[in-house]
Amino acid sequence: MSTSTLSRPRPENLRKPGSRTRSNLSGWGFAAPFLVFFLVFLVWPILYGFYMSLTGKSLTGANDSLIGFANYAEALADADMWRSLGNTLYFTVISTVPLVLVALVMAALLNIGLPAQWLWRLSYFAPYLLASTVVSLFFTWMYNPQLGLINEFLTGIGLPRVAWLNDPNVAMWAVVIATLWWTVGFNFLLYLAAMQNIPAQHYEAASLDGAGAWRQFFSITLPQLTPTTVMIVLLQILASLKIFDQVYQMTAGGPGGSTRPVVQYIFETGFTGYRLGYSAAISYIFFGLIVVISIMQFVITRRRSA
Amino acid sequence: MATPTLTRPAPNATTGNSLKVRQPRKKMTAGRIAAIVVAAFIAVLWLIPFAWATATAFKTETDAAAPDVTWLPPSGFTPEAFVKVFQDGNIPLWTWNSLYTSAAITAITLVISALVAYALSRIDFKGKKVLMTVIIASIIIPPPVLIIPLFYQMLALQLIDTSWAIILPQVIHPAMVFVLKKFFDQIPRELEEAAVMDGASRLRIFTQIILPLSRPILAAVAIFVFIGAWNNFLWPFIATNDGNLLTLPVGLQTIKSAYGIQYAQNMASALLAALPLIVVFLFFQRQIIKGVATTGLAGT
Repeated sequence: MSTSTLSRPRPENLRKPGSRTRSNLSGWGFAAPFLVFFLVFLVWPILYGFYMSLTGKSLTGANDSLIGFANYAEALADADMWRSLGNTLYFTVISTVPLVLVALVMAALLNIGLPAQWLWRLSYFAPYLLASTVVSLFFTWMYNPQLGLINEFLTGIGLPRVAWLNDPNVAMWAVVIATLWWTVGFNFLLYLAAMQNIPAQHYEAASLDGAGAWRQFFSITLPQLTPTTVMIVLLQILASLKIFDQVYQMTAGGPGGSTRPVVQYIFETGFTGYRLGYSAAISYIFFGLIVVISIMQFVITRRRSA
Repeated sequence: MATPTLTRPAPNATTGNSLKVRQPRKKMTAGRIAAIVVAAFIAVLWLIPFAWATATAFKTETDAAAPDVTWLPPSGFTPEAFVKVFQDGNIPLWTWNSLYTSAAITAITLVISALVAYALSRIDFKGKKVLMTVIIASIIIPPPVLIIPLFYQMLALQLIDTSWAIILPQVIHPAMVFVLKKFFDQIPRELEEAAVMDGASRLRIFTQIILPLSRPILAAVAIFVFIGAWNNFLWPFIATNDGNLLTLPVGLQTIKSAYGIQYAQNMASALLAALPLIVVFLFFQRQIIKGVATTGLAGT
C-alpha cells in the first residue's frame, strides 16, 4: 500500500456513465463458464432428482408417471433403509472421535519440534494420497483370517484370531481402523498448520511463568486450537456421513448388511434394483439428514463465536 | 479464550529472552525423547500396511498364500507378480485414463473457478449477492445425492461410457471458488489501477495482473482438486462400464474378482496404483502439504 496511490482517484470514479451496464455484462461474463457447469451438472440434477423421487422411474423404463410421495412413504417404512441410515450414523460417530483425536496427537508430537519433520509428515500423510481401492486391497489382505498379518500378530501374543470383515460385531470397527489409517493424515495436516500459527510469544511467556510442556499444551495450544478443532470436527462429520467406498470394497455391506451405509443402499436400489425413483427418494432423505446436521452445526458454531 | 498465563504480562519478556526460552526447547529432554518414541511408534504402525503389501508383492504366489505368515519368504523375493501384472494387466491404461481425466478436471475447474471468483471479488454487478449465496449454499450438497439424477442425465446426453461422463460432473467445486475469491480479495486494488487508467480490459487485468500474483493459491487449488479427482471412486465407477475407460481406482476394483486369491498380484497392482501420487508427493512435499493445509479447511 504505497501512499502515492492513495491520493489518486479510484478508477471507479473515473468511469463514464454507462459503466454500470458494462460492469453487469463483464460480471456475468466472468461468471458464465462456471455458471453453465453449475446449472447443468449441479442445479439441474438436484432439481431433477427431486422430480425423479416423485415418480416410479426405473432403469427398465416402466412407469414414468408421477406417484406423489409414495416413494417417501415406502422408504420411511423400509427397515433396510433405516438400518443403512443407522449404519452410516454409527460409522460417523465411531470414526470421527479417533480421526480427530489421533490427528491432534500426531500434530502435537511433531509440534514439539522433532528432528526430520519430513519423515514424520510423509509417514502420517502418505496414506491420504491413496485411492480407496488401494486402501481396501491393503486392509482386506491384512484382515485375512488365516493369512493376515493382524491375526498372525494376535496369535503371536497369545490372543484369539478375529474374523475381522466376516464378523458382524467387528466388521464396522475394521472399516473404522482402515479409514483412520487412510484419512487421519488430512486432519493431522490441518492441526499442524494451525499449531504452527500460534505465536511463539505465548509459549515464551508461559515458560517464563514456569509452565511445563504438558501445561503449555493444555493452557495454550488446546484453547488456541478451538476454532480449528470445531472446523475439523464439522468437516469430519460431513465426510464420514458420505461413507461408501471402503465398505463397498471391503465388506460389500456385509456380513448380513451389518456395515451397509445409506449411500450403498442408494446405489443398490438404483443400479442393482433399477428403481431410480425410489433410489432418488432415499437420496433426498439422506440429503435432508445432511442439511439438518449442517444447520445444527451452523447454529452451534454461531453461538460459540457470538 | 484468554487464560491467565496469556494475558498476564510476563516479566523480563521484552528483549533478548526469546533466545533463552527457545534453546531449552531444542535440548534432548526426557519429554522430547518420549515424544520421539511415540511419534516413531505411530510412524511404524502407519508404514506397516505399505511394508506388508510390498513384502507380499515380491513373493511368489505360493509363498504369499502359504499358511506360514512370514516377512521373509522361503523361496526368496521375486518381481514375478509385477511382471505378470504388467504383462496381462491394464494398469498402464488405467493410469493414463486417470491422468488425463484428472488433468482435464483440474484444468477446467481452475479456469471456471478463477473467472467466477474474480467477478465475485472485483466486479460490482447486479445479482452478485444472489449468485454468491447460491454458490455458498451449494457447498452443502453431498455428491452421492447426485449420482442417480446425474446418471440419468448422462444417459440422456449419451455421454455414458465416454470420458466426458467422468470429467464434466467433477469440475464444480464451490468451496474452491471461495478459496480463490478470498485470495483475490487480499490483492491490493492499487495494482490494477494503473492498468485500468491505461484502458486495459477486465480480462487483460485478470490474466496479466491477478493470475500471476495468485500462483500459490492456484497451485494449492490444483493440488486439492487433482488428488480428489485422481482418487475418486463412486462417480467414475457409475459413469463407465467400458473397460477401456476405467480409471485406476475403478479398474483396481475389478482386479479383486479377476485375480481372486493371487495375493502377490493383488498387492503388486495396488502398489503400482499407489506409486504415481506417492512419487509426486516425494518431489513436491512442501507444496502439497501447504496446498492441502490452505484449501483443506474450506471444505471437501
